[in-house]
Amino acid sequence: MNLTLPMDDPSSVHAGDSVTLSGTVYTARDAAHARFLEAIEAGEDLPFDVEGATIYFVGPTPARPGHVIGSAGPTTASRCDAYSPALVERGLAAMIGKGRRNAEVKASMLEHGCVYFGAIEGTAALLSQCITSAEIVAYEDLGAEAVRKLTIANFPALVVNDLHGGDLYDDGPARYRRV
Amino acid sequence: MSELRTVDVAEVEAVVRKLCVEANHELREDHVAALQRGRDAEESPIGREVFDRLLENARVSAAEQIAFCQDTGYAVVFLTIGQDVHFTGGSLAEAIDRGVAEGYSDGYLRASLVRSPVDRVNTGDNTPAMVHYDLVPGADIELTLLVKGAGCDNMSALRMLTPAAGVEGMKRFVVETIEKAGPSASPPVTVGIGMGGTFDRAAVLAKRALTRDPTGSPSPDPKLAELEAELVEAINATGIGPAGFGGTVTTVAVHVEAYPTHIAAFPVAINLDCHSHRVRSVTL
Repeated sequence: MNLTLPMDDPSSVHAGDSVTLSGTVYTARDAAHARFLEAIEAGEDLPFDVEGATIYFVGPTPARPGHVIGSAGPTTASRCDAYSPALVERGLAAMIGKGRRNAEVKASMLEHGCVYFGAIEGTAALLSQCITSAEIVAYEDLGAEAVRKLTIANFPALVVNDLHGGDLYDDGPARYRRV
Repeated sequence: MSELRTVDVAEVEAVVRKLCVEANHELREDHVAALQRGRDAEESPIGREVFDRLLENARVSAAEQIAFCQDTGYAVVFLTIGQDVHFTGGSLAEAIDRGVAEGYSDGYLRASLVRSPVDRVNTGDNTPAMVHYDLVPGADIELTLLVKGAGCDNMSALRMLTPAAGVEGMKRFVVETIEKAGPSASPPVTVGIGMGGTFDRAAVLAKRALTRDPTGSPSPDPKLAELEAELVEAINATGIGPAGFGGTVTTVAVHVEAYPTHIAAFPVAINLDCHSHRVRSVTL
């Protein structure tokens, strides 16, 4: 299934669906999220419009000359669990990362309509080929952790948490558990 | 007793530089073979797709000479030094750090270290290296580099079991740790287990166990080899599978190292390594 971000109908995807994503995403890891929360608490604007946006949890390697970006696979999303509900409440539409989200994040996603996609960690060289443009939009001092606006095309991912309560990290392993 | 041997630290610097680049750009052949075996054994269609992508990723990174994982890790160096070696040309530790800094810069690798867990300012060049020194008889130098990503290191664990908990308690602790880690450790994982010693030694043993060459080689101790095989089966029965999406291959290798311990103690450390398993060794 090919999806364009922002998705027209996020309720049409289900946990376990294999998808390719195209459109704009913003990169942010723990350090950038901490600054988002500081900005929210100080009543300041976030460095991008979070309404309808997609965040990709990634800290890429430096780009080789002639490359748009370096290797860019997903990092562990749960490190941002403490921050994500505040963004989801403000209209964040999707997140891309790896690993489980906690109960609070999942409840917030269901309530406000945010989908979580899992990308395959360890395929960073392949995924970098699906990124067609990259520019730093905030927190340049954070280096690899700066907020980047990326254009992605045919970026492979799996739907982990859908808007129907499905969770691939629960459902998938349960099917193959032998104990 | 061997003759005194003189080694310029510049030689160590050059080796470390080269290994940092190679380890991050080219997945080891034996680990590629382990992933291929995992692919063949995996029952889940999504799991097989994950293996296919990992194998394709390894081909692309080697061809393009770019990192196969964006977390280019902490440079962990195990140095076994013959006591008849005399290093010249300056500080050995500083030479290792220069090698890391050059390798990370030349290889377009990510600087992932901060100078303190409190202020979290990036050191800019991925130094310092985490070096473990062992002094042995002779005049050889063995240098092993383990590039350690944090995603899986974060999911590692250490527990001071009691002797009564025994091997069964240790196995439960291992499976519990793997289940808690789930997708966050980026399975299929390589599992390093250090048993015995003291609180601190167990952790170093677990890390060192990850460097065993080649991937999947059983322990030379038959009892430990049997334990490793049992743990592979128990871990794969969890159903976590490749990337945590469900499947029958959650680990490609379990390496157990044991060491003498106190009559009152049974320390167990479990260090997980993701499917981007990066180890390089040389003898200087």
